[in-house]
Amino acid sequence: MTTVDRVSSLRLPRQPLLRHLPVALVAGVVLYEVTLRLSSYNDYQVGEIASYVVALVGLSLLTGSNGQISLGHGAFMAVGAYTMALLMNHTQGNFLLELAAATGVAAAAGLVIGLPATRLKGPYLAGMTLLFALAVPSIADKWPNTFGGDQGLTTTVPTAPGSLTAEQWLAQIQILAALIVMVLVANLLWSRYGRAFRAVRDDEIAASLAGIHIVRTKVLAFTISAGCAGLGGALLALSTGVVNTGEFPLTLSIQLLAAMVLGGTGTLIGMVWGGILLVYLPQWSTSLSNDFNLGSGANAYLATIIFGVVLIVAMLAAPNGIQGGLRWLWGHRPRPGGATPDVPSEVSKEDQSNATERKGRNDAKTSVEV
Amino acid sequence: MSLFLDYTLDGIANGMVYATLALALVLIYRATRIINFAQGAAGMLTTFIAFSLLTRGTGYWWAFVLVLIIGFALGAVTERVLIRPLHGKSELNPVIVTIGLLVVFEGLAGAIYGNASRGFPAAFSQRGLKVGSTTIAFSHFDLFILIAVVALMAGTLVLFRYTALGLRMRASAFHREIARLLGVRVGILLTLGWGLAGIAGSLAGLLVAPTSAFGPYYMDLVLVYGFTAAVIGGLESPVGALVGGLISGLCISYVGGYLGSGLEPLGALALLMVALMARPEGIFARPAARRV
Amino acid sequence: MLEVRDLSVSYGAVRALRSVSFEAQAGAVTAVLGANGAGKSTLLRTISGLVKPLDGSVHFDGDPLLGRHVESIARLGVAHVPEGRGVIEELTVEENLRLATLWCLHKNERQSAIAEILELFPRLQPFRRRNASTLSGGERQMLVLGRALISRPRLLLLDEPSLGLAPRVTAQLMALLQEQTESKDITVVLVEQNARSALSVSHHAVILNLGQVVVSDDATAVAADDALRHHYLGF
Repeated sequence: MTTVDRVSSLRLPRQPLLRHLPVALVAGVVLYEVTLRLSSYNDYQVGEIASYVVALVGLSLLTGSNGQISLGHGAFMAVGAYTMALLMNHTQGNFLLELAAATGVAAAAGLVIGLPATRLKGPYLAGMTLLFALAVPSIADKWPNTFGGDQGLTTTVPTAPGSLTAEQWLAQIQILAALIVMVLVANLLWSRYGRAFRAVRDDEIAASLAGIHIVRTKVLAFTISAGCAGLGGALLALSTGVVNTGEFPLTLSIQLLAAMVLGGTGTLIGMVWGGILLVYLPQWSTSLSNDFNLGSGANAYLATIIFGVVLIVAMLAAPNGIQGGLRWLWGHRPRPGGATPDVPSEVSKEDQSNATERKGRNDAKTSVEV
Repeated sequence: MSLFLDYTLDGIANGMVYATLALALVLIYRATRIINFAQGAAGMLTTFIAFSLLTRGTGYWWAFVLVLIIGFALGAVTERVLIRPLHGKSELNPVIVTIGLLVVFEGLAGAIYGNASRGFPAAFSQRGLKVGSTTIAFSHFDLFILIAVVALMAGTLVLFRYTALGLRMRASAFHREIARLLGVRVGILLTLGWGLAGIAGSLAGLLVAPTSAFGPYYMDLVLVYGFTAAVIGGLESPVGALVGGLISGLCISYVGGYLGSGLEPLGALALLMVALMARPEGIFARPAARRV
Repeated sequence: MLEVRDLSVSYGAVRALRSVSFEAQAGAVTAVLGANGAGKSTLLRTISGLVKPLDGSVHFDGDPLLGRHVESIARLGVAHVPEGRGVIEELTVEENLRLATLWCLHKNERQSAIAEILELFPRLQPFRRRNASTLSGGERQMLVLGRALISRPRLLLLDEPSLGLAPRVTAQLMALLQEQTESKDITVVLVEQNARSALSVSHHAVILNLGQVVVSDDATAVAADDALRHHYLGF
C-alpha cells in the first residue's frame, strides 16, 4: 500500500459511538461554560430548550425515521411529568431514579398504545393518538385527589452542588440529559435497529421479506419515543415547578409536531431548532401582540395560531424543515417522493457514494433505455 | 331500568351529533382520501360566528342558516387553497395541514372571543318530554337534533343516489382519472364535497353548543368521537356514519353512566382501538377492492 | 383528423416518446403497434391530456389539444378508453353509461342514448341495474366501448381493447368498431399488442419502437411485409 493509499483510507472511525461521543463531549463542555455565564433567566430558557429537545428527538425518531405520525406526544410528556411529580411528593427517592421512572412509565404507556398502533396507517394512527391525547388529561381530572386537581402537583429541583445557582444546576441537568439522549438515539439510528426503522417506514412488505419483524420494530420505535417524551416532560416539569393538565393540552402535541417539522423531520440536530422555536415563539408572539395592542387574551392564542400557520406553510412550501433546508444547501438533496433525509449529520464516505449511486438511478444523471 | 333508558336516549341524541361529524369526515374522505382533523374546529368557529350574530339580536333561524352557508364556504375555500396544491405529493402532508388548521381555528376563536365560558342558547326547550306520566331524558331539543340529522342524512343520500351531481361526485370519488376522461370537472366537485362537509360540521357545532362548555375547545371531543363513529361505520359510507354514530353515542353514554362520568374519553379510546383492531375498514366497507 | 407532430415525452430519466409524428384520418382506424414499453399507451395518455409532454404538438381538426385540462379535451369530443378499461365498479352499468352523457346530452336525450348503446351491446342488457363489478372481461370491454361511443366522440382512443379477451369476442368487437368508425366518421387510434387483429380492421398502421416511429404506412402494406412483421410485431 502506498502512502497515498494509506492517507486516503483514513477516515472518521466507523463506530457511531466513537464518532458521536467526541462531538457530544465538546458540546457539553461548551454548554457548561455557557450556563455559567448566562443570566439566570437565560439559563432557565436554555434548560427548557434542552428539555424540549429530549422530547422532540423521540418524535423525530417515531415520525421521521419510522414513519408513524403521533398526535399524542404531549400526552406521553404528561405521563412522565406526573410520574415524577407523584414520586417526588410521596416518596423520598433518589432524583435520578425518579427521572428514570418517569421515562420508564412513559415508555410502558408507549408500549400499550404502540401495540394496536402497528396496525394503523397514517391518518388512522393520527386519529387514535389524538383521542389518546384527549383521554390522558381526563384521567387526571377524574381523580383530582391523586393528581392534584386544577392546581396540580409541585416539583422540586435537587439542591445545587457547590457554588452553582439553582438555575445553572437545573439547566446543566437538562442539557446533560439532552446530550445523552441525542447520542443514544443517534447510535440507535445508525445501528441495525435504525435501518429497520427506516426500512419499515419506506416499504413494509419489502422489509418483512427482508426478515425484519414489523410489529416489533414499530412497537420499539413507539416505546422509545414515548420514553423520550416522558423524560422531556419530567425535565420540563422541573423548570415549571408544577404539573397539571393545563400544562399538557392537545395544542402541545401539535406544537411539538410543528417544531419537529420545522426543525427537520427525521433529523436530530434539527430538533434543537425545534426546541428554540417552542421556547421563543410564544415570547416573540407575546411582544408582537403587545406591539399591536391585541389585548392580553390574544397573547396566549397568537402563539398557537402562529404554530398552526407554520405547520400549514411548511407542508405547502418546504416539507423538509430547517435542517433539511440547510442540508439541501450542502448538497444532500432529499430523496425523491417527498421523503425526508434522516441520515444522522455525519455521513461516512461509503454511505455518501452509495447515496450518489442511488441518486443516479433515480434522476437524470444517466440515460436509461427501456 | 329507567337509568338504562335515560342513558340510551342520551346516547341516541349524542350519537346523532357524532354521526353528523362522521358524515362530514366521510364526505371528505370519499372525495379526497383525507381525514379533515380541522372539521370539528371549523364547526366551532362558525358556531362562534352564530353566537356573535345572536348576541347582536339576529333571529335564531337566520343565524342558523347563515352559519351553515358560512360553513360551506369555509370548507370549499380550505379545499381550494390549502388541499388542492398538495394533490399528488405525500399522503401525510394534507393530514398535517388539517392539524395545523385545527390549532389555527382554535387560536382564532380564543383570540377573538376570549376564554370565558359562556352559554349558547338552544332553539328548543331542553326539559325532558313527558310520555304518559313520566318525564324521559329526551327533550324537544333532542328531538330537533334527531330531525335535523335525519334530514341531513336523507338529503345526502338523495343527492348521491338520484341526482346527476351526485353521480358525478361519486364517480370522482371512486375513480378520479376515468371521471375526468368522461368530461367530469372533478376539481369543482372536490371543492363542493368539502363545502358539503363544512355544512355538516357547522350543523354539529350548532347542535352541541347548548349542552357544552362553550369555548374554543368544545368540539375537540366531538371530533374524535365523530372519527370513532366514522371508523366504525366505514370511512366511505354515509349510512355507516349514521350507524357508527349511534353505536358510539350509546357506548360512550353507557360508559359515562355506569362507569362514571369523566371516563367517556377513555371509553371512546377503548372503543376505537377495538374497532381498528377488529374491523378497520368499518361495517359498511366498499365491496370492490380498493384501487391502490 | 388528428395530427401529431414531434411529440416527446419523458418520465423522469426515461424517454417514453421521441419526436413522434403521424396523422390519423377521420372515418378510419389507425393502428399503433409495437412491443411492450414502446410508448403506445403514453402516446394515448398524452393526447387525452393525462400526461404532459416535453415538446411537440397535437391538433385535432385544427384545435390544439396540448395544455388543456383532461376534462376539456374530453369535452371537445375526445374519448379515451385507457389501459385496464376503467370500468367504475361501484356504479351500475347504467350509471357508467349515464355518467358519460352528463356533459353532452340533455336530460331528455340520455335515456334513449343509453337504450341505443344497450341495443348495440345486448349482452349488457341483463346487467343494466347491476354493479359493473359483476361483469366479465368481455362485458367490461363492451361497457367501456359503449361508454366511449355514447358521447358521440369525434376522436376515439382505444388502449389494448383485446387484452384478456377470447379471440371470438375480440373479433366481434373489432367488427363492431370498424362498422361504427365508418358509419359515424370517427377518427380512431387503436393501440394493440395483438397486431394481427388490429391490422385486419385498420386502414393505416404506425409502429413504435423504443418511443420512436419506425414505420408509418398502409395497414395492408404492413400486413404483407413479412420482414417487418417478424421484426417488430412478432409474427
